Amino acid sequence: MNAPLMRLRGLIRKESLQILRDPSSIAIAFILPAVLLLLFGYGVSLDARHVSLGLVVDEPSSTAASFISQFRHSPYFTPHDFATERSAEHALAGGQIDGFIWLQGDFSRMLDAGRKPAIGLFVNGVDANNARLIENYVQQSWVRWVAQQAASTGIADPQPIDIEPRIWFNPAVSSRDYLVPGLIAVIMTLTGALLTALVIAREWERGTMEALMVTKVSMLEILAAKIVPYFLLGMGGMVVSVLIAVFLFGVPLLGSLVVLGLASSLFMLASLGMGLLISTIAKNQFVAGQIAIITTFLPAFILSGFIFDISSMPAIVQWITHIVAARYFVAILQTLFLAGTVWSVLLPNLLALLAMAIVFLGAARLTARKRLD
Amino acid sequence: MLGRVLALVVKEFLAILRDGKSRAVLIGPPLIQLVVFGYAASFDLNHVPFAVYNQDPSGYSRDLVADFAGSPAFKQVAVLHSPARIRDLIDSRRVEMVLDIDPRFSRDLLTNVPAPVQVIVDGRNSNTALLILGYANDIITSAGENWATSRGKSGPPAQLDPRALFNPNLDSHWFIIPGIVALLTQVITLLVVGLSVAREREAGTFDQVLVTPLRPLDILIGKSLPGLIIGLVEATVIIVAAHFWFSVPLLGGLAQLYSGLILFTAAVAGIGLMISSLAATQQQALLGAFLFMVPSIILSGFATPIANMPVVVQDLTLLNPMRYALVVIRSCFLEHPTFSVLMPQYAAMASLALVSLATAGWLFRKRAV
Amino acid sequence: MALKSAVARPVETAARPLILNSVTRRFRVGKRIVTALDSVSAETTHGLVTGLIGPDGAGKTTLMRLVAGLLRADEGTIQVFGADVGSNPLAVQGMLSYMPQRFGLYEDLTVQENLDLYADLQGVPPADRSARYTELLHMTGLKRFTARMAGRLSGGMKQKLGLACTLIRPPKLLLLDEPTVGVDPVSRRELWQLVDHLVRHSGMSVLLSTAYLDEAERCDAVLLLHEGLLIGAGQPSEFTRAMTGRSFLAHAANVSKRSLQAALVATQGVTDALIQGEAVRVVLEPGRAPSTIWSERFDHLDFVPATPRFEDRFVDLLRSGAPSQTPAPQTLSAAPSMAARSDSAIEVVHLTKRFGTFTAVDNITFTVQKGEIFGLLGANGAGKSTTFRMLCGLLPATSGRLRVDAYDLRHAAATARGRLGYMAQKFSLYGDLSVIQNLRFFAAAYGLRGVRRNERIAWALNEFELFSLADATSRDLPLGFKQRMALACALMHEPDVLFLDEPTSGVDPLARREFWLRINALAERGVTVLVTTHFMDEAEYCDRLVVMAQGRILATGTSEDLKRASRTADLPDPTMEDAFIALIEADAAKQTGQET
Repeated sequence: MNAPLMRLRGLIRKESLQILRDPSSIAIAFILPAVLLLLFGYGVSLDARHVSLGLVVDEPSSTAASFISQFRHSPYFTPHDFATERSAEHALAGGQIDGFIWLQGDFSRMLDAGRKPAIGLFVNGVDANNARLIENYVQQSWVRWVAQQAASTGIADPQPIDIEPRIWFNPAVSSRDYLVPGLIAVIMTLTGALLTALVIAREWERGTMEALMVTKVSMLEILAAKIVPYFLLGMGGMVVSVLIAVFLFGVPLLGSLVVLGLASSLFMLASLGMGLLISTIAKNQFVAGQIAIITTFLPAFILSGFIFDISSMPAIVQWITHIVAARYFVAILQTLFLAGTVWSVLLPNLLALLAMAIVFLGAARLTARKRLD
Repeated sequence: MLGRVLALVVKEFLAILRDGKSRAVLIGPPLIQLVVFGYAASFDLNHVPFAVYNQDPSGYSRDLVADFAGSPAFKQVAVLHSPARIRDLIDSRRVEMVLDIDPRFSRDLLTNVPAPVQVIVDGRNSNTALLILGYANDIITSAGENWATSRGKSGPPAQLDPRALFNPNLDSHWFIIPGIVALLTQVITLLVVGLSVAREREAGTFDQVLVTPLRPLDILIGKSLPGLIIGLVEATVIIVAAHFWFSVPLLGGLAQLYSGLILFTAAVAGIGLMISSLAATQQQALLGAFLFMVPSIILSGFATPIANMPVVVQDLTLLNPMRYALVVIRSCFLEHPTFSVLMPQYAAMASLALVSLATAGWLFRKRAV
Repeated sequence: MALKSAVARPVETAARPLILNSVTRRFRVGKRIVTALDSVSAETTHGLVTGLIGPDGAGKTTLMRLVAGLLRADEGTIQVFGADVGSNPLAVQGMLSYMPQRFGLYEDLTVQENLDLYADLQGVPPADRSARYTELLHMTGLKRFTARMAGRLSGGMKQKLGLACTLIRPPKLLLLDEPTVGVDPVSRRELWQLVDHLVRHSGMSVLLSTAYLDEAERCDAVLLLHEGLLIGAGQPSEFTRAMTGRSFLAHAANVSKRSLQAALVATQGVTDALIQGEAVRVVLEPGRAPSTIWSERFDHLDFVPATPRFEDRFVDLLRSGAPSQTPAPQTLSAAPSMAARSDSAIEVVHLTKRFGTFTAVDNITFTVQKGEIFGLLGANGAGKSTTFRMLCGLLPATSGRLRVDAYDLRHAAATARGRLGYMAQKFSLYGDLSVIQNLRFFAAAYGLRGVRRNERIAWALNEFELFSLADATSRDLPLGFKQRMALACALMHEPDVLFLDEPTSGVDPLARREFWLRINALAERGVTVLVTTHFMDEAEYCDRLVVMAQGRILATGTSEDLKRASRTADLPDPTMEDAFIALIEADAAKQTGQET
């Protein structure tokens, strides 16, 4: 065996032994992703379900009941009856209900007289997203009711245009199906950077880096030896996450496993590279950890398109999202899970990840000098 | 007692602010994050790219397309002449919606048969998909109504009259940016307090302080007050920016808002001190702070409603001070709550603050190894 | 990497393990530029142990790192066996081995795994390994511990394992950075035997740095560094020879050794005076005869010539370099005289502390009288600091009883802590704060206020000569000043009992002398002082001391008692270190005797 290979083997074995003996890195790689995914997979949902909806009917009548009854048996709403509009409004302000429907006193009479009464829908606009979803649900119910009314009275459908919605890839519009793949990306950003952010800083602090550096070992060998075991560890965490997503959350996985493996590898390399870069710059675990927190979790959470739509952001912010590796991984994962192996999406994102991996690893290599100054 | 606590507080401030690096950490990232996230974190749709496949070459269908193209929510990026490319455009995410107008459109419209229009949406992001559908629904319904009125037709027998209280335009910035106040205040308070004890333990100065006649209560106040003050200052900066820069209305009483913020920062400081005194090293403290921070943000109602979570997780959020802070801050921005309405939130944060601070104070001496 | 074409060098250059040619290295500390090494030029000889001697901050580690190619010199060149470190670090690294401070071991790997790693890194062929391992394990006595984690070895064993790892591939030049710091005297002696063995049998050259001046005498040659300057080079005997006829032991009737020392330090013509046993060791200025040393305060001063020591010369060099600035702690204010509650200030009875299954302090008992300087002497890990922390109320005792000034500080009211002063290891003060801010904080923490507080702060700045540094950030201060500041903070409230944890670790001999003068003055005024130290010679400053090892007390008494007990025919005048080793060996013999 030649000398560089022997050195690399020795270093890799050392890193692996250290990982095996340090429960915290195992925990970061396997337990942290699993726990976070479970917690968030169950905890994070954008679907409006069991919305507390107030119902105010000033004068009960059969037509009023036909409209109201739709909300009594809907999985989306939990109905609450109120006697007056005032009391419903009070409940809305107090947060007991998210919105209410008000059929005013003369509703049935106006309807019968063809005077087009208004159906009042009040929602709490503080959570704008939720409010908009409620509005949409109610609007759909209203359209259905109008059609029913028209059919029962024998008049032609008053809606001149018929909308036929088709939601591809996720026909049930379950937010979990798209949130879980995104979460995997966010969580892997965390573990990837956290795993390596501390490892080089630790060697500086314990004084072992000095001992390594006076041997003939090169910085490239030191970095490579750090990457190999942590890469395997990170990929292990990735496998755990995917298994949880598919078997526990029932998210379909339509794309190719090979591409999933490739994308995860590239992403993992980019994350590890970023961690190593932080680690070589910081030289102290405290600063390294702080940088890792500031540069990984929040950007991955907010700027990756995992939850907030990137194309709706201002141009300059969209530009910033290009330096967040998670952005590309989120796009790849959502596509692979829900759409399949769509090369037109995958290719540019894979290339972007490759570029980021090269940049981060290269920068780590350049900043890691085999000298103390 | 007062003099000693004051000395501790002054010392903490000096330790934080004399060092250029930690000063930078306190000032730079929060402001950058506020601006970037303030713009980025939004559920509103702007310029959603869509394609049109218009199989009915008539003025009516062109009017409908113009309605879409003229809406700020949508941006037309492609015109298709065959269905073959629909798949490709959506798969590759170049468009998020395709408007497919049936060849019978104008004929059906004129013969009083509901005219078919297909709206194809990319469901990979289900939330965006639903919102796009909602927007499309609005445009098409009002186009239909306009057409009906212009023809003198009766239209639907009743009108839906939606009204959003507190946020009439349903601007989601009004929801997210007050959330960022809580988010960044928590991050900063946690960073200031969460590492302070562990850092002193490592440097050996904590021992030095413990052998002075300072009592655990003095140390507790001296340690948490700086975090509280810095958290409040940071919150104030963000509130000012939210109101004047992002134009989020600030309707509620400042007294209600700041009562909530004080209790919130106290609770976060208590949790930070608990983590800090449990940790033997700064690294452990950092990991601990992180492991608290991530779930506390995701499970706070910051981006996704707590009501949607399973009951077990909902119960878990009861221990999360940010959950209560978000309610207080948001209602103070957009509503005009009275103290009595917010009382349950105050009470919850106050008890979290009490319990965590008391535990932290107890841990100071206990965890001395 | 291709080897540079072998440029013909003079044989002389290639035969020298190390040639330093006006090497300068600066660092930026905060806003200041610190010159760590100031145009140092020196040469070492092949096959010898060269000691790099100087206190912390002298530039020893910087020099080691420069030689190892880990740092680059700002000016000057370094050659190792003719190869230039700056231009060809890999070639140099191929010839030398370097053991950094803390030995560079992976504590979560076993002894064998550490050896394997370094064998891989040094490219030792697998076929040669087992013979090399056997030899090294035999030499270091680690054979029985190959499966043990390096982190669970004692300090002395770690040091030997670190050495074994650097010797896996025998280097031509071995660099050892403070290999003996913090390890017990027995391990220190063993390390020196190992180093001697290597040099004699393998023809290796060794550069070894140390802050212990007594180790200089074991080196073949010495480079003496102080504040980045090379202030002396040569054989140790040359250093001591220069002091011939200048070192004496002084006795005076009716005068306590502390007063005598304090008086002698301030006397004209005296370079150095420090307590040694019952006498005061005096170094006179060149050309001074003992008879010319006179003061009306001594009735009869008796001078006995003493063998010069390396430290005498070092102090002499430092004093002659700078104008003699005699520290005169005249204004140390005394503690208010105490109403005598009892004669003992500190009582420790059957004190035990366990962490899990590990017994850190094992059933110790001792009593400290009021106004006494009492020492806890032992290597790192002997249980000194744990005992200390229990006395201060920072750690609960597992069992046993302890009283400080009639209180158990773990349970007493906070005000009880106001009577003691505490100086933590490594002078832990707030590094981000300035000197004056630290003083203000501790004054307030001890409950001083108003005029009194300002008075005491002014006193501290004045007494410890910190005025000019009042606004300096304390992190950037030299170690000696940090030590002064730490003592100032601990004395802010005029405590009755003073706890000092390794108070002189790493500071230079002058700062140490100054420090002990202050402590002596405090003790003279009735302050009780409890001090831990791993410097054996500092036992001389203590009225009484206990020697600790592995959590147990091996002996209690005055330093004279302890030395006398270890006196043998071979060793008529044992040092404290000899006494310590004798105690440890006797204890080990007793233990094995009990086991069999």
